[in-house]
Amino acid sequence: MPSLSYHRPSSITEAVQMAHDDPDAKLLAGGQSIIPSLKLGLLAPSAFIDLGGLADLRGVRLAGRSLRIGAMSSHAEVANSADVRKHLPALAHLASGIGDRQVRNRGTIGGSLANNDPAADYPGAVLGLGAELRTDRRAIPADSFFQGLFATALGPDEIITAVEFPLPERAAYVKFPQPASRFALVGVFVSLTGKSVRVAVTGAGACVFRVPELEQALARGFSPESLAGITMPADALNTDLHGSAEYRAHLIPVLTRRAVAQALA
Amino acid sequence: MPLQIQLRVNGSAVTTEITPDTLLATFLREHLHLTGTHVGCDTASCGACTVLLDGLAVKSCNVLVAQVQNCDITTIEGITPADGSLHPMQAAFKACHGLQCGFCTPGMIMSAIDLVMHHDHSSDAEIRAGLTGNLCRCTGYHNIVRAVMQAAPIMRSAKS
Ligand SMILES: Cc1cc2nc3c(=O)[nH]c(=O)nc-3n(C[C@H](O)[C@H](O)[C@H](O)COP(=O)(O)OP(=O)(O)OC[C@H]3O[C@@H](n4cnc5c(N)ncnc54)[C@H](O)[C@@H]3O)c2cc1C
Ligand code: FES
Ligand code: FES
Repeated sequence: MPSLSYHRPSSITEAVQMAHDDPDAKLLAGGQSIIPSLKLGLLAPSAFIDLGGLADLRGVRLAGRSLRIGAMSSHAEVANSADVRKHLPALAHLASGIGDRQVRNRGTIGGSLANNDPAADYPGAVLGLGAELRTDRRAIPADSFFQGLFATALGPDEIITAVEFPLPERAAYVKFPQPASRFALVGVFVSLTGKSVRVAVTGAGACVFRVPELEQALARGFSPESLAGITMPADALNTDLHGSAEYRAHLIPVLTRRAVAQALA
Repeated sequence: MPLQIQLRVNGSAVTTEITPDTLLATFLREHLHLTGTHVGCDTASCGACTVLLDGLAVKSCNVLVAQVQNCDITTIEGITPADGSLHPMQAAFKACHGLQCGFCTPGMIMSAIDLVMHHDHSSDAEIRAGLTGNLCRCTGYHNIVRAVMQAAPIMRSAKS
């Protein structure tokens, strides 16, 4: 491994400047995805820019009808936050099901979203609620953030600072976990706000996606029965040793029905 | 480029120079010779390397020492009382036969301590869910769950 430098900026501006000045440096959050890539040799950055010292990136704040979660909040902090549990229990539930307790004590929401693993859980909630990502320079709506396999709308030196979740009337997340890692074989996030329904599916494709057919059916009537008879094509879905594309296609309406039932419970 | 760092390990201040890619597990085992922390998979999967970071369980094979500057690390060596007796969780693992080969045990015990201190752990299901980050290839988990149930009230009464 070529020699690696380590920086610990004390402000967001300083962190952005460091990332800008050294295009081969990588931001470091919880390290739960990037350290394994480093060890596997998938990545050989010139430096790590550790966001761990930036208090501005931490914490959960309720502001009117939305919940703002700092990028460096750990999965455990989100799962245990009294505000998240009270106002957005579906998100607390999602965070409490990521990986295992040790991973949740380190991994962060900002790191998970920037990484955009096809089987990650948080992208489901962000797209399924129509949240907004705040960065050092702009706000990015969920609908344009996730751009493909491990690809996002972030610029090379852009830092996620927070995620702003609008509070829905009803929401739920149901995942079929891959039993060893707990990543989503398929995960479905549904939300209802006024007349608007969102259904976001993670784990099944190159990255999280919405399913208009399921959303329209649920907009006509928000109940599991509204989904009767709807099937999903397997084209373009993932096949791997954990499950075929056909199996994943089958799981999507099944998990959507369960999520709707949970959101109504 | 070497990096000067400070942290606390089992209550003692440590100041040292490391390279930025040094894993916490490597640092504990090879620099401090605290070999009670085991490395099983080295891929953040098995939990054998679990230690407490400011009281919370983490996999030390997936944390850089550089990230934990000025933090408090507790390893299996740091939980035994000065008189050489066992921590209640260790005593319960021994009494309940919660180990066979013992390879997973230090990580299992550190993880179980965080579980009892910070999470719901009253039912069999909660304990099993709480320990999903730790794999054991010998015991079948049954006696590990019994050990956690036995240690929990003792740890709680010691805390209050
Ligand atoms: C055993 C195991 C099981 C897991 N199971 C699951 C699971 O079930 N579900 C799930 O969703 N995930 C799972 N994960 C992944 C975990 O959630 C990671 O914590 C997460 O994907 C990355 O977050 P991090 O904070 O650790 O980021 P890091 O690993 O530090 O960084 C990841 C990437 O994001 C970039 N980055 C980090 N922060 C920012 C920021 N603020 N702005 C811009 N870029 C940034 C980094 O440069 C890097 O490229 C698992 C991981 C492990 C090791
Ligand atoms: S050695 Fe760290 S999790 Fe297996
Ligand atoms: S006692 Fe042998 S691996 Fe757990």
